[in-house]
Amino acid sequence: MNYVIIGNSVAAVGAIRGIRKVDSEGTITVISRERHVAYGRPLISYLLGGAVTEKRMPYLPADFYEKNRVNLLLGREVVSVDSEASQVKLAGGDVIPYGRLLIATGGDPFVPPIEGMAGKERVFTFTTWDDAARIKGMSADIRKVVVVGGGLIGLKAAEGLHQIDKQVTIVELADRILSAAFDLNAGRIVAKKMKANGIDVINGDTAVRIDGEGEEIIGVTLKSGDFIPCDTVIVAIGVRPAASFLKGSGIEVNRGVVVDDTMRTSVPNVYAAGDVAEARDFFYGKKLPMPIWPDAYIQGDIAGISMAGGEIEYQGGLLMNSIELFKIPTISMGITNPDPGDRYEVLTYLDLGASVYRKIVLEEGRLVGAVLLGKVDRAGIFAGLIRQRVEVAPFKDHLLDPEFGFVHLPKEMRTTLFSPEGKAA
Amino acid sequence: MKRVYSLEDVCIGCHLCEVACITEHSRSKDPVRAFLHEENRPIARCTVEERDGGILSFSTNCRHCDEPDCLRACVSGAIQKDEAGVVRMDTEQCIGCWSCVMACPYGAVQRNVKAKKANKCDMCPDREVPACVCACPNRALVFKEGTPK
Repeated sequence: MNYVIIGNSVAAVGAIRGIRKVDSEGTITVISRERHVAYGRPLISYLLGGAVTEKRMPYLPADFYEKNRVNLLLGREVVSVDSEASQVKLAGGDVIPYGRLLIATGGDPFVPPIEGMAGKERVFTFTTWDDAARIKGMSADIRKVVVVGGGLIGLKAAEGLHQIDKQVTIVELADRILSAAFDLNAGRIVAKKMKANGIDVINGDTAVRIDGEGEEIIGVTLKSGDFIPCDTVIVAIGVRPAASFLKGSGIEVNRGVVVDDTMRTSVPNVYAAGDVAEARDFFYGKKLPMPIWPDAYIQGDIAGISMAGGEIEYQGGLLMNSIELFKIPTISMGITNPDPGDRYEVLTYLDLGASVYRKIVLEEGRLVGAVLLGKVDRAGIFAGLIRQRVEVAPFKDHLLDPEFGFVHLPKEMRTTLFSPEGKAA
Repeated sequence: MKRVYSLEDVCIGCHLCEVACITEHSRSKDPVRAFLHEENRPIARCTVEERDGGILSFSTNCRHCDEPDCLRACVSGAIQKDEAGVVRMDTEQCIGCWSCVMACPYGAVQRNVKAKKANKCDMCPDREVPACVCACPNRALVFKEGTPK
């Protein structure tokens, strides 16, 4: 079998390993428009801030591609897919045939039209190694930065810039930072810590104009009319599935490439995984893009196994994020902002002074979400309880305890998980 | 492959597994020196859980899963599975994002907050039987073949 993978991040890595679990013979070609081997994409803020060097960026052992016999085409962009002829076309005109194709192109940063943006030199997005390298390379000329967007990408960009002594203002449209994962309490704790570090966080506002003559930026005007002086702007509003090259391919694209539980698209022999894909969510079976690292790996693995003829089924994507911001570790997973009503039960513990917060969301006696700030140890136990749909009502009083552990679970569960007689689920 | 299993019915909550783990991963491999004199003393990679004043206790540890959730969540590539099936953490490569802590359903990855590195059981590569198992005074930890995930 001739496998072709477009994209070279974690979904592709999962797929390569998945294919090789089933098929040790087939040829694997990976095409990436970036010029780097697979790297820890979330590490770019550490690269900018100086906490990691370029040497630490590669995600895989140096011999990975060779060991898995992968033909790696870097710096090449796929411009279209011809699913009838089973081939992909590259910029420059080359054509590569496939037996099975995986679309693992990830996400493109979303940049809305902002007045005055055209021609400005120092407007950046922040999703690739090259983005971080460019900003770092220019950093001697940067003093004040406005980061548009207070999500994961914006906050990490702000932290990286802060570490190299740049003045940063974050502008976020929602009423709190990290609105997708955090609730008001969590957002407040982190925003307070950021302000204490000299980073301005403006909520409920957004940039409508970038001011300055020619290439030069002198500041940003917000919707409220406020003017924030700066010389550099980072647009970090979000990412969108990088699927525009699939126009005319016949492959169904909604917000992302629509896939079933084996990561198959609407077209035979074509699969998709990772941030570009729109797969089933864990709780309600709704199809939606879920741009998170662990899920991209899992989807890649499933796609790889399926492409090679193995059998495996997706359990559904569970949203989860772990991010440390200004020394506050934060982990959130599942449903963190449930609709008000009887359906959900929410337990919280808040110690604002110590920056400790725990929030547990239950739905009909089962754990469906958690937000942990400060004390995040063993958070994965919650992820396990969510995934296994464990009835937690009998021990729910212990869930807010920082020492919560298997000791609070029914003995049968421990036997299953830990004893030599048992078999882990 | 062989893994470490714990027997809660005979565990007395003495925490010697944790002491042995810290000692084994210290520079001197001597408990007194490790605890009193070594800078950056290692942290234990097994966790003794206790309840009701020690009436119930047991030691939990890494399952070295066939499909490790920690590995899939690791954004830096610090976690890899070796040929023997041991899930290894390269602490040099680790950036302390705690994604592994978020993902491991066994709660088996520890945060070394001071070093800003995650730590996990490495099955004691220099020993035939892991230190925690050897140190357990009443054989509440056993090292044997099994079939976790």
